[in-house]
Amino acid sequence: MTNFSRRNFLKAVGIGGAATVAGFGCAPNGRATASRNGHVVVVGGGSGGATAAKYLKRFSPDMDVTLIEPTATYHTCYGSNWVLGGHAQMDDIAQTYDALQSRHGVKVVQDSVTAIDPARRTVRTAGGETISYDRLVMSPGIDFRYDAVPGITEADSGRIPHAWKAGEQTVILRRQLEAMPDGGVFVMVAPGNPFRCPPGPYERASMVAHYFKQAKPRSKIIILDNKENFSKQGLFMAGWEQHYGDMIEWVPSSRGGQVEEIDAANLTAISDGGFNEFKADVLNYVPPQTAGKIAMDTGLAGDGFWCPVNQMTFESTIHPGIYVIGDSSVAGAMPKSGHSANNQAKVAAAAIIRELAGLDPVEPSTANTCYSLITPDHAISVAAVYAYKDGTMAGVEGAGGVSPADAPASVRQMEAVYTKGWYDGITADIWG
Amino acid sequence: MKCSRTLAAGIAVSMMALTYVPQAAADTTRGELLTSSCFACHSIDGTGNMPNLVGYPRDLLISQMKAFKDGSRVGTIMNRLARGYTEEEIVLMGDYFAKIQ
Repeated sequence: MTNFSRRNFLKAVGIGGAATVAGFGCAPNGRATASRNGHVVVVGGGSGGATAAKYLKRFSPDMDVTLIEPTATYHTCYGSNWVLGGHAQMDDIAQTYDALQSRHGVKVVQDSVTAIDPARRTVRTAGGETISYDRLVMSPGIDFRYDAVPGITEADSGRIPHAWKAGEQTVILRRQLEAMPDGGVFVMVAPGNPFRCPPGPYERASMVAHYFKQAKPRSKIIILDNKENFSKQGLFMAGWEQHYGDMIEWVPSSRGGQVEEIDAANLTAISDGGFNEFKADVLNYVPPQTAGKIAMDTGLAGDGFWCPVNQMTFESTIHPGIYVIGDSSVAGAMPKSGHSANNQAKVAAAAIIRELAGLDPVEPSTANTCYSLITPDHAISVAAVYAYKDGTMAGVEGAGGVSPADAPASVRQMEAVYTKGWYDGITADIWG
Repeated sequence: MKCSRTLAAGIAVSMMALTYVPQAAADTTRGELLTSSCFACHSIDGTGNMPNLVGYPRDLLISQMKAFKDGSRVGTIMNRLARGYTEEEIVLMGDYFAKIQ
């Protein structure tokens, strides 16, 4: 594998003369310099950031790559609904940075970035370090707009979890579901588009229903949705009816799903000017979202909530030298998913290496695959391939789409097997 | 030892860079990036249950991708994905997968 990463990648990348020099630790003619290699700092060790760090080293082994991530153990958002469903544990969705350091030569700094100076090309950390970069990759995920709905603040998230960043929040929600009496009501408030993991709320409802069906079958699930339709809707609704009867009720925005206020003390969501009140035993409020805080603080989102980039390279259109990938970026038709972030990271890594070598970027190609479990043995998927077209990453026409509506149970089961395989494969590609 | 091997490989790459026309280099690069997107599911270290494609025979990969694309081979998700690639891109993937170890 070491040989592969050094020779074949370099050769296959075909980054030509200048970058070839960068590839030598022992160039005979003195042309190999530190500035040729470059130092890339990556902010955030989730699906986008960890992939970027790893692939920068794979594509250009002599480049200096520093990954800054506050946690030693990262819990993936994907798979966290399985924990809520009770058929996976937190350890099953835990990832670490050991392989990035020991196998791939990434310098991992466990710290948080508090400020970025795009003009001086430095980042400052909570631990008091100032780190210089030649190029910066930012993959800070999402932050929440708790100001969007009155009556709830981030301080309430211990009682009313969002569980939209996995970790402690996932554990809180799981415990609340376990403590809920049979016959209780689980209310989830789902955000409008765009948001992290478009099928996530509906997979969550499925997994909670799976748990309720076994442990507290008289209970009810209500999804209050700030939109009129959702990802894989037909397949989800058919699966819900098949496995859970009328346990799950989906309320679109036009029928009272658009939550206008939360009565946090009484775990109640309110819509239609107070006409509808939904009292919960367990309330899961997933707020509307923005790019990660450090991206917002750095001005990378401009006047908006997400960071515009040149979608050929994922370099910020606001601050040159900073590449924004994953959920924080505006990436055309690509959904905000871990799979998208992983693919965007590779595009950015290749673009950075070529740019430092004085070469134009190559045309990017990305894909997204998203599996959702309706039961542990019934999964559905959506897939797409994206190409750069007219300044944006657009879905390739005629490709992609969702699992067939009329597929037999054996296909649903096969997709459930692949769901687990996808998790194992992509986490190996990112952190392995 | 490592140094001299690396040097040899490096010289070979330098020669390639000098002798190849830019378009050929760009094509190779594109094949690399294109194929890297496959690694998300088809992990290069063999993790997971998707078929391992490292060192996969070039012509077989091309014929199977074409079969997924035209529907003559039925998969769960690969038909939907294969339709997203041109024949030229499928050849680039076949070349690249066959080359890696």
